[in-house]
Amino acid sequence: MLTPRVVELDQFGLSERDIRSALGKVKVRDVDYADLYFESCVSESVSMEEGIVKRAVKNLSQGVGVRATAGEKTGFAYSDELTKRDLDIAADAARYIAGSPQGGLPVPATHRERPARDLYPIDAAVAEVATSERVALLNLIDAEARRYDPRIKNVMASFNHECKRIVVATTEGLVVGDLQPLSRLQVTCIAEEGGNRQVGTFGGGGRVGFDFYRDQGQYLRYAREAARQAILNLSAVEAPAGVMPVVLAGGWPGILLHEAIGHGLEADFNRRKTSAFSHLMGKRVASDVCTIVDDGTLPSRRGSLNMDDEGTATSRTVLIERGILRGYLTDRLNARLMGLPLTGNGRRESFQSVPLPRMTNTFMLAGESDPQDILRSVKRGLYAVSFGGGQVDITNGKFVFSASEAYLIEEGVVTRPVKGATLIGSGPDILTKVSMVGHDLKLDEGIGTCGKDGQSVPVGVGLPTIRIDEITVGGTKG
Amino acid sequence: MDGALQPVQEFRQLAADMLARAKQHGASEADVVIADGQNCSVQVRLSAVDRLTRAREKRLGLRVFLGKRSASAATSDFSRESLDRLVSDTCALASAVAEDEVSGLPAGDVMAQDCPDLDLYDATELATEQQIELARRTEAAALAEDPRITNSEGAEFNSSSGRVVLGNSHGFLGEYRSSSFSVSVSPVATEPGNGGMQRDSWYAVQRKFARLASPESVGQEAARRTVRRLGSRKISTMRVPVVFDQETAGSLLGHLCGAVSGYALYKGASFLIGQLGKRLAPDGVTVYDNGRMPGGLGSRPFDGEGLATRATTVVERGLLASYLLDTYSGRKLGLPSTGNASRGVGEGPSVGPTNFYLAPGSSDPSEIIQSVRSGLYVTELIGFGVNMVTGDYSRGAAGFWIENGELTYPVEEITIAGHLKQIFADIEMIGNDLEFRGRIASPTVKIREMTIAGN
Repeated sequence: MLTPRVVELDQFGLSERDIRSALGKVKVRDVDYADLYFESCVSESVSMEEGIVKRAVKNLSQGVGVRATAGEKTGFAYSDELTKRDLDIAADAARYIAGSPQGGLPVPATHRERPARDLYPIDAAVAEVATSERVALLNLIDAEARRYDPRIKNVMASFNHECKRIVVATTEGLVVGDLQPLSRLQVTCIAEEGGNRQVGTFGGGGRVGFDFYRDQGQYLRYAREAARQAILNLSAVEAPAGVMPVVLAGGWPGILLHEAIGHGLEADFNRRKTSAFSHLMGKRVASDVCTIVDDGTLPSRRGSLNMDDEGTATSRTVLIERGILRGYLTDRLNARLMGLPLTGNGRRESFQSVPLPRMTNTFMLAGESDPQDILRSVKRGLYAVSFGGGQVDITNGKFVFSASEAYLIEEGVVTRPVKGATLIGSGPDILTKVSMVGHDLKLDEGIGTCGKDGQSVPVGVGLPTIRIDEITVGGTKG
Repeated sequence: MDGALQPVQEFRQLAADMLARAKQHGASEADVVIADGQNCSVQVRLSAVDRLTRAREKRLGLRVFLGKRSASAATSDFSRESLDRLVSDTCALASAVAEDEVSGLPAGDVMAQDCPDLDLYDATELATEQQIELARRTEAAALAEDPRITNSEGAEFNSSSGRVVLGNSHGFLGEYRSSSFSVSVSPVATEPGNGGMQRDSWYAVQRKFARLASPESVGQEAARRTVRRLGSRKISTMRVPVVFDQETAGSLLGHLCGAVSGYALYKGASFLIGQLGKRLAPDGVTVYDNGRMPGGLGSRPFDGEGLATRATTVVERGLLASYLLDTYSGRKLGLPSTGNASRGVGEGPSVGPTNFYLAPGSSDPSEIIQSVRSGLYVTELIGFGVNMVTGDYSRGAAGFWIENGELTYPVEEITIAGHLKQIFADIEMIGNDLEFRGRIASPTVKIREMTIAGN
């Protein structure tokens, strides 16, 4: 069956008249802008451990978020009911912020639009694959991981997918909807040998259909990768502590950019001048081999969207061009207050939260170095291939990200695996220490989730192999 | 917010209806949780209102068992047809998963028999203007405290209240209400010389409005914590004693809590496997989980499966005395539940703490710092560098350098690393300053030695 690609108001049981009436209530004298965000989301998760698929969970949620902005102020309310009465109550709360008397202003006639792109044209949405097929996939993952090495003692895997329908209606008259599929398959293996127990995790996903996981045995590759990491860690030695050169592999290590640069370039922190990057526009913040973009228009990627959650088409924004800071990521509120263009980065976790400037897919463009030459250039340092999470203090710019698969580099050669260690640096400074950028740009597998102000949104990152001349590595071996 | 909550009688009836419908669909056992609540939050920045949020929510979660197969589902749509579909969807999901020998509700005779009033609910309704004023005062106090406080990420005042109804096919039906009031502020300080910025924050949270710390005290503490970070430096790589303040020591307790969770243990994903009854820490270390502390932020009369909450001694004079378990993870480990089932509406139960804390020692925090000749006082930790399977620990840190028993200068851009088992074994001193600002709390603690990575 073909998934209907058009999301219309009537799917929420609402007419254009209801929308105009609600918008009319909230568009009072001092309100600059208001919008309604209708959302309906179905998500399902199946998970396996100890060789059996034992958990299945389904969640249905729907609701509306009503927002009004007046100057720097935002009034926001949400309700999980979609009746006219609930819309009115929410509109009253949102309107309160402007401190204006009741009595709405005319709202322009609505014009329906469709997003200009279709970045995730899925014929058979994952949702339409029977639960039993997903269960079968997880069982095969278990077998594959255990086959990889008898020291794999437990395999945990989960398959999550959701299908979100949204409609945004604004006081500017825009009514636009999108249907956003998203899925993720994650595998964790625990290896054990003589009391030494280690873990390995791998996975992937995106705005993709079920075939994505089956084609070319992708799901089996996830299983083997998770198993390989767990087994590798059985022989890992203490990680070094101190300042040293670090080579980051391509792909997921791009989390460096997300933490060190990306958050600090979100417009809200810069409007409030609380970001370590607030005064650095047009200045050098990286070496000239570094060009970094945020791009929400890559087909099927986890961080991609046809439009952001304010109905703005996503785009490719150059953040850093040959080392010079060029752009911020904006939502409507901050773009208006700062006089900046809309970049399509106004995102929200759900109808229960307000849009904020957020990243989509953030990556560094490929350079010219051969990855092998980059490794050979290091006398003594760390080669970090895979990472867990990271975090940043926006104001002082200090960020961390934690390696989950890393090796020592000795005399230009990758030698022993080391235990996980946290790397710490300073955002506006770290990329000035990037001296080599590989020609091997790789995007991550599609597992990233970014948290800000308590809101989680799916994101992507990417990186070619790079050399950082010095960064502090937080191991235990001083 | 306009409109009171629906009468509880309706939810009790709805719970009973859902259980009956699940039975009709062939479920051998089922439980249902219904939660609703309302929330008002105001954010003020540089004394102007930045954001006002109001909401009402309700949600129903159903878990069914078809013999040894089980699934859960949840919805916010309480219409007849939506709930009918929820029942049939949940049963269909359950029939698609494998049989799991130990799955099932708790036994009928272990359900909570009492439902004590734990003083969790305060009916105080604050007007929006009043909340705005409280947030304003908090931020104003922070801005006035020191001329180096030049900016702010804003202050927030939040009030919420809610209700949980839980019922199962053994006939258990319980409910409780709770509320929460919180205030927080994040000031930004600028160094007069070089323009370097630092941000920190402080907060207070209580179930009763009257017990909340004054906006002024929260603002002043936030300012103090922010200004003292100005001029932070990096230090060199070394091994020294490390003192964790209340907040960061609380995060260590959080890791302990994760490691004694029955799910982590039976999956082989905890560094404390097989350690029950063994020495974890020195004699002075005793850790409790108490679900019935009056007014506690983690208190509740029954857990996510309807078992009575209780006080559990997790670590007794240094020995690991108990895990935290729900029915399922307890069965996997051959132990009874400790009443720690934690249950989001949209999921099956897992294990969570109630009020989980390290019993206070006798040392004043200042004495602890005085006992250190050269070392680190940690006030902030960032990142996720904790491996719960191995216990390997490496996190970004900020704090103060201690020299001859005194705090000297602020420190940043360093990591501290070690192994959690060793960290607990190396607890040398415990402060007398236990305070609850969440479900997990700890006094100041001193660790004998850890690796600092810096210059």
